[in-house]
Amino acid sequence: MGNAIWIVLEHRQGKPHRMALEAVAAGQELARVTGGTAEAVVVGGAEARAVADQAAGWQLGAVRFVAGEGVAHYTPGGYAGALAEAVEADRPAVVLFPHTYQSVEYVPRLAQALGAALVPEAVSFEQRDGRLVWRRPVLGGKLVAEVAARGEGPVLVTLQSGAFAADQLAAAAEPAPILEQSTTAAADREVLGVEEAAEQQVDLSQAPVIVAVGRGVGKQENLVLVRELAEALGAEIGASRPVIDSGWLERERQIGSSGQTVAPRLYVALGISGAIQHVVGMKGSQVVVAINKDPGAPIFAIADYGVVGDLHEVVPALTAAVREAKAG
Amino acid sequence: MRIAVCVKQVPDTEARLRVRKDGQWIDEEDLPFVINENDEYALEEALRLAEATGGEVVVFSLGPERVREALRKALAVGAARAVHLKDEAFLGGDALATGRALAAAIRGESFDLVLTGSQSDDAGYGATGTIIAGELGWPHAWLVMGVELEDGGKSVKVTREMESGLNELSRIGLPAVLQIQAGINHPRYASLKGIMQAKKKEIASPGPAELGLEAGQTGAAASRLELLNVAFPESGEGAQMLEGEPAAIAAELVARLQREAKVL
Ligand SMILES: Cc1cc2nc3c(=O)[nH]c(=O)nc-3n(C[C@H](O)[C@H](O)[C@H](O)COP(=O)(O)OP(=O)(O)OC[C@H]3O[C@@H](n4cnc5c(N)ncnc54)[C@H](O)[C@@H]3O)c2cc1C
Ligand SMILES: Nc1ncnc2c1ncn2[C@@H]1O[C@H](COP(=O)(O)O)[C@@H](O)[C@H]1O
Repeated sequence: MGNAIWIVLEHRQGKPHRMALEAVAAGQELARVTGGTAEAVVVGGAEARAVADQAAGWQLGAVRFVAGEGVAHYTPGGYAGALAEAVEADRPAVVLFPHTYQSVEYVPRLAQALGAALVPEAVSFEQRDGRLVWRRPVLGGKLVAEVAARGEGPVLVTLQSGAFAADQLAAAAEPAPILEQSTTAAADREVLGVEEAAEQQVDLSQAPVIVAVGRGVGKQENLVLVRELAEALGAEIGASRPVIDSGWLERERQIGSSGQTVAPRLYVALGISGAIQHVVGMKGSQVVVAINKDPGAPIFAIADYGVVGDLHEVVPALTAAVREAKAG
Repeated sequence: MRIAVCVKQVPDTEARLRVRKDGQWIDEEDLPFVINENDEYALEEALRLAEATGGEVVVFSLGPERVREALRKALAVGAARAVHLKDEAFLGGDALATGRALAAAIRGESFDLVLTGSQSDDAGYGATGTIIAGELGWPHAWLVMGVELEDGGKSVKVTREMESGLNELSRIGLPAVLQIQAGINHPRYASLKGIMQAKKKEIASPGPAELGLEAGQTGAAASRLELLNVAFPESGEGAQMLEGEPAAIAAELVARLQREAKVL
């Protein structure tokens, strides 16, 4: 097996995904640590050539452009098939992917086809006793696990959003060579189109203050408390996914990887644990206040002010204090 | 239409967690377990599809003895039978090993659809359903928010969640594996009658040999991923924590938001 580190670049409309750049930075770092060579891989149709050209400007040993009609549009079967051929042929040591919805969908299929070790959602790595050890969140981010691959062969790793900084990406002095290879892998679904998941009437991305409510609110009737606080603060109401899934608020108010991305001046999180899929949607907030009864809730790690307590007691008190402050 | 549903039993997300003495996983003693949230939605979707087509739902779960309770719950809301892979040789696997064992059990019967959850709340691989699909050689879709049968049950129109509030619509040929996302439906509760009937329903527990799996092909022995340890994350700087009576906390918080953070 070689010591190449491959980074598969997700792209749309001829441009790499934001998280693909983070993965390249991670791959360059991994190549330094392991003494390997970082190479980018672009799978797609003719339109993806622009992505390969852009990647050639980064410090990489090579850019592999795996092209074919069956992969002109993403399907899990097409992508997994095309990459399985490429990995089998050249046996890289590690293949990195951004942990996007697309990667999560097809990378396990590639792992299954290759019988390869799969490390989903890694946040960091370390070389220890000659082994690469990866860290990944488990149990909704309440704990972090260290894992390592067993046995021989390529290791497939998807990298969590924000775990590596794209601004660390090193540019090349000389463009990397682009190696073109063709694939006969075929699509395994007929894509009919893309649509908005919910009618968007509230644009939370512009809201200066947001009160966000999570499963900890307990039941829909308790939203009254949240509404009162939001009113006192002049805030919009947002929510974590379970609140939306339960039908307590409209889907357009969901904040997170599947919902809206917000960056208010003040974000008040009530009964929200702080799972990564929620946090990616609100971590750009200027000041975060978290109220949660569990002192170990991951939300406290990213909050500026924290209150451990029952939101049913703390929220009415806070509403009263805000009203008083605004009146005075 | 015959539908297999994979349900995993996981620690209640509300539970306080402790790390086990050996540091390799959490302490499961006195820990409350529930059906993985996404799997409740998968089960409900399967029951609706089966009801609409006059079919049958069979639930599959891999895990120790305690998992029986989760299977009873699934039977109580309407699954016809259950298969429990509980042999020691099945346990402790990564997504590859677990998916292979579940696929082996599913392969023994003829199904039109396999539904799983999109992700488990404990391991969180988001992979097991896809591995099952790979093992069976069937197409699959992850993060499914809508399923519509088409063409007399030969294909499905699938709505799949994408990032930032978009959905992809696609057509997938059957048989297929669909990994259901929370929020696709509103899961039903078990009725008293359902709970009584569940007691009489069959829970089969085939061993690895019956599924054609040899030692080393399943469970911890077959895992390509080794779990070294788990720990509470380092909290970094973390938040300024406010303590005291609710009214005092509230006043202090407002004061700091005004003076220190200057956001009020
Ligand atoms: C592909 C995918 C996409 C996803 N997209 C999103 C997304 O866009 N947005 C999103 O939010 N999630 C998303 N999720 C779900 C995400 O993983 C979490 O499950 C979710 O964010 C958890 O919501 P929560 O914090 O409200 O609930 P929980 O994790 O159940 O947390 C509830 C919190 O409330 C606290 N609590 C309970 N009672 C009280 C009380 N009385 N007072 C104070 N605190 C209390 C508890 O201590 C706990 O911390 C996605 C998941 C997947 C797999
Ligand atoms: N041990 C198991 N038994 C039954 N189903 C499982 C098991 N592990 C995973 N699954 C299914 O696969 C889905 C994804 O799990 P995971 O890959 O662990 O995130 C879950 O929602 C379940 O439907």
